[in-house]
Amino acid sequence: MKTLGINIKKEQEKAIEYVKSQGLRVLVCAGTGCLACGANEVIEKFKQLGASVSTMTDKDKITTVPTGCHGFCEQGVLVAIPDLNTTYVKVKVEDVEEIFNSHILNGKPVERLLYEDPATGKKALHTEDINFYAKQTRAALANCGKINPESLEEALSVRAYEALAKVLTENEPDKVIDEIEKSGLRGRGGGGFPTGRKWRSVARYKGGKSYVICNGDEGDPGAFMDRSVMEDDPHKLLEGMAIAAFAIGADEGYIYVRAEYPLAIERLKHAIKDATERNFLGDNIMGTDFSFKIHIKEGAGAFVCGESSALIASIEGERGMPRPKNIHMAEKGLFKRPTLLNNVETFANVPLIILNGSEWFNSMGTETSKGTKTFALTGEVNNNGLIEIPMNTTLREIIFDIGGGIRNGKKFKAVQLGGPSGGCLTEKHLDMPMDYDMLKKEGAMVGSGGLVVMNEDTCIVEVARFFMNFTQHESCGKCTPCREGTKNMLAILNKIVEGKGTMEDLDTLEELAEVVKESSLCGLGKSAPNPVLSTLKYFRDEYIAHIRDKKCPAGVCTALKTYTINPEKCKGCSKCSRNCPVGAIDGVIKSPFKIDQNKCIKCGACMNGCAFNAIELS
Amino acid sequence: MGKIIINGRVCEYTDETNVLEVIRNHGFNVPTLCYRKDLIKDFGACRMCLVEVEGKGLQAACNMPPKDGLVIKTHTEKIRKIRKTILELLIANHDRECTACEKSGNCELQKYALEYDVQPTGKYLTREVKIPIDKSSPAIVRDENKCVLCGACVRACEEYQGLEVLGFANRGSQTIAQPMAGKPIAHTECVNCGQCAAICPVGAITIKSQVEQVWRELHNPNTKVVVQFAPSVRVAIGEMLGLEAGTNLTDKLYTALRYIGFDLVFDTNFSADLTIMEEATEFISRLEKGENLPLFTSCCPAWVRFLELKHPDMLNHLSSCKSPQAMMGSIIKEFVPKYYEGYTSENLVSVSVMPCTAKKAEALREEFKRADGTYDIDYVLTTQELGKMLNTAGLNFKKIVGEKADSPFGKYTGAGTIFGVSGGVAEAAVRTAYELVTGEELKDLVIKPMRGLDRTKTVELDLKGKKLKIKIVNTLKEAEKCIKEIKEGKADYQMLEVMACPGGCINGGGQPISCNEPIIREQRAQGLYDDDEKGQYRKSHENPEIKELYEKHLEYPNSHKAHELLHTTYSNKRKDCYISIGEKEE
Repeated sequence: MKTLGINIKKEQEKAIEYVKSQGLRVLVCAGTGCLACGANEVIEKFKQLGASVSTMTDKDKITTVPTGCHGFCEQGVLVAIPDLNTTYVKVKVEDVEEIFNSHILNGKPVERLLYEDPATGKKALHTEDINFYAKQTRAALANCGKINPESLEEALSVRAYEALAKVLTENEPDKVIDEIEKSGLRGRGGGGFPTGRKWRSVARYKGGKSYVICNGDEGDPGAFMDRSVMEDDPHKLLEGMAIAAFAIGADEGYIYVRAEYPLAIERLKHAIKDATERNFLGDNIMGTDFSFKIHIKEGAGAFVCGESSALIASIEGERGMPRPKNIHMAEKGLFKRPTLLNNVETFANVPLIILNGSEWFNSMGTETSKGTKTFALTGEVNNNGLIEIPMNTTLREIIFDIGGGIRNGKKFKAVQLGGPSGGCLTEKHLDMPMDYDMLKKEGAMVGSGGLVVMNEDTCIVEVARFFMNFTQHESCGKCTPCREGTKNMLAILNKIVEGKGTMEDLDTLEELAEVVKESSLCGLGKSAPNPVLSTLKYFRDEYIAHIRDKKCPAGVCTALKTYTINPEKCKGCSKCSRNCPVGAIDGVIKSPFKIDQNKCIKCGACMNGCAFNAIELS
Repeated sequence: MGKIIINGRVCEYTDETNVLEVIRNHGFNVPTLCYRKDLIKDFGACRMCLVEVEGKGLQAACNMPPKDGLVIKTHTEKIRKIRKTILELLIANHDRECTACEKSGNCELQKYALEYDVQPTGKYLTREVKIPIDKSSPAIVRDENKCVLCGACVRACEEYQGLEVLGFANRGSQTIAQPMAGKPIAHTECVNCGQCAAICPVGAITIKSQVEQVWRELHNPNTKVVVQFAPSVRVAIGEMLGLEAGTNLTDKLYTALRYIGFDLVFDTNFSADLTIMEEATEFISRLEKGENLPLFTSCCPAWVRFLELKHPDMLNHLSSCKSPQAMMGSIIKEFVPKYYEGYTSENLVSVSVMPCTAKKAEALREEFKRADGTYDIDYVLTTQELGKMLNTAGLNFKKIVGEKADSPFGKYTGAGTIFGVSGGVAEAAVRTAYELVTGEELKDLVIKPMRGLDRTKTVELDLKGKKLKIKIVNTLKEAEKCIKEIKEGKADYQMLEVMACPGGCINGGGQPISCNEPIIREQRAQGLYDDDEKGQYRKSHENPEIKELYEKHLEYPNSHKAHELLHTTYSNKRKDCYISIGEKEE
């Protein structure tokens, strides 16, 4: 046991007092999404109005707090007033006065700005009535949207650095690793490697210089879980890294953040500065002999830099290309020193496990996958946004309860998990619980947490083509199978969606998928064929329809659309012929016109202009 | 130390750094395109050397450390299929003008395609050949349409020369290996060493050939074509003629060169001796004056260009002696018309055969331009190019009877011949300097610590009480370290011998391809040391033709006349190169 130079409980009490002194807190989301919807104007307006209220005591003071992402990005700008237990959605600057006068000052909620359940049409008066939030368990994201991410005081009020103080007081690094190991926490970046075991393997090389790296190079299209943690609760990440550093004996750390996350970089820098000034980071943390400095390395936007060895090469100043992993980075990683690399969300879970105990964490989830996991829920669901659920939650609960079901009453078709490295799952998987190993067995993966929901109007071949296009362009070009193999897979998929594919192409596609998967150098290449393989597994018919019948069942692939004129309906007015930009329609006035399929570019101009609905699309 | 099981056979390993080496040392083989024993950095890009490892699935043998008890299979059905697919993909993306390719016959992709029976499948996208070929350099030609992105050139440039002239650009299928910002290679810091061409498995980087031009001169009845060849050519060219590496072909080469039409055959070893006379004298004079020390040897044109580009402030250290090629060039153009009948400055064509691509650039130095606008050396062939010409002529070296070189300017000593290997210039210089300084005969001619292919050697000598320290390095990466030492005032040696190619000229960028068999270099080096051993004369100053040259024409080493003919000047050449962008002109 050690006595620290800082009494964290006292600091916490002071911080809580500070937050109390703010009176009624109006939490306006200042996440990237809401900022784009005009959150700054909303904040300014609230501040202006709040200041106009003359107050006698702290209690009736009104404070506007710009917070991090509330998660329900679909409905931005979000304004939450915890003291009134209400969340307003889609707030515009012109709505602010009404909320202020009607609800805050006179206790009368503004009904039109409340969330309306798309299924029932009911307005959600209280925050917990919103299904999107009700079914979540927010742990890593618990503070996101609740505190001002640029205020260390507010972070302290929600127990920031308490876990670090605890481990420094106990002063037993191995016990920290034991605790993490017992919790069952697995890497949240996609691989799902047991975190405790990873820490232990690095701690084995304790003694000299070691590094802790946080991988914040979140590159999957549509994923923004890590960004949220970095932007909304940066101290939690810093604390998690510091605890890891203490456990493995490191004194220096890097956060690798993509340059496309300027707000995250700004807030992290701010947080590092604040924490260092208050001695929660830097030299001799809280008066102990443990020192830990954190640097921020901005990535230049290459997807592959999320791969551990490429990320290290990038920090070292080289081109971000993966390296062979014959020597484990636990032994020789960054600058050839022992290195621990975890993802943002993994680190964010660490202080929670230390504070609440490993039992709390492993009480959630399945046999092999514990705790909670964040997902970026996107696509054709009613409620898009950032969610956190316990492992073990089924896809059905995510999509239909939290996500509010499929938009516009359409039918569910598939869900894509794990981004470009993941795969598609179907109707029959809906009751499958979230679990690293089960998802992997079915050809998908938890991945970093991208979850794209697709409805019946989605062409599955096009989805595979989209992801293949992404990985081909993001391949670092180093190893042959990934560079040349994905190029040819993409070419075949392009042929198929253009209706030029052959059954032999399908064989080649599968052969290549196997070769690329088996023989690529790094994880990017090894997993690049997954979207193709999983869609081939569950939607082979759709590929064959494109190839053999030259039809896109979802009616998405332009090249496979056929516009025809129904001679029964056509009056021979010639409007379509005049509208056609390529002269593909011809005929004699007052008798049915015809479309020359060889000339038709499938633009649909004929159909849009026809007054008699005579033009049909198949 | 340990045992691994390869294809069911127990195989012992000792100090092999990877499984691939163990496989190869036990009579098995797996194909590789990106692996190079000479390069340190793990790369693992081509994926051709994948093997099945029990319990670990497919692993690249090239960067898997051997471990006791590993069970490995090298040629399963799965692996064969993967290798074949990789080859099909590479070939589809390759400019397949094989018949017209410089590398045909030496091309590793071609070799594996044959071995794996790769047929045109039509399954894959074929390359549109459209990247312009970079012919800007006098030494090498870069054709990215043939590149398989093995990265060997990139790594060689970085690991040998520390220059990083080449790097990767773009991503995905657009990835290419090219000079900084896509500049023509001639406008970069490239020093023309040609190691990238020597290590390239395909025809993406090749030597800029002058074979056709030389044939034309040989067949032109109005010209007289004179040739010289460098020390290390004689022990390497045999590899292209079906003979063992290291075989000394000096006399047979004299004959063969006459067979294919050269009118006079000289030996660069002669001018190597001449270089020693001049350089040893210059060195002693600098020692006496204590200025511009350490003296840098100036035989290696890649090293000279390196200094002119990167350290122009250090040029005062460089010996003012021309290189042996350039000295011979001056001698030929100056004296051949005087000594040999029928030769005039108008009809005389001077060709040199070098182990080196940088010599092609050296020949084009402004300093070596003659008053009539021609150069001292008109054409530079590499060993590889001469090998091709000899094969074109269909000569059978087993049956050729050796002859003597033309005299004067054809005799050489053992000191001249060891110029071709790292440490040889210093050893030759010491043999002469010792006797010049002490006035006594040097009995023990072999200076062992100067020999061997290590990248750095430091040798301390005692010249009858006068202590001397000489540093010998090969590769410019090592040379750069020396420059740093000198600039920091930490260098305590008086002479620095630098050869840019690993091991020296025996491993020059123009030598027959040997990147997969590093042992060949040792054989070549031994060939030169053997030549020294059996020579009638072994000290440059004992060469009778050298003595005669000084007596009749040059008076004495470093004389005014010698300076005019055999010495040169250097200058800051940064403006040739993009690195000078933004720098102010001095």
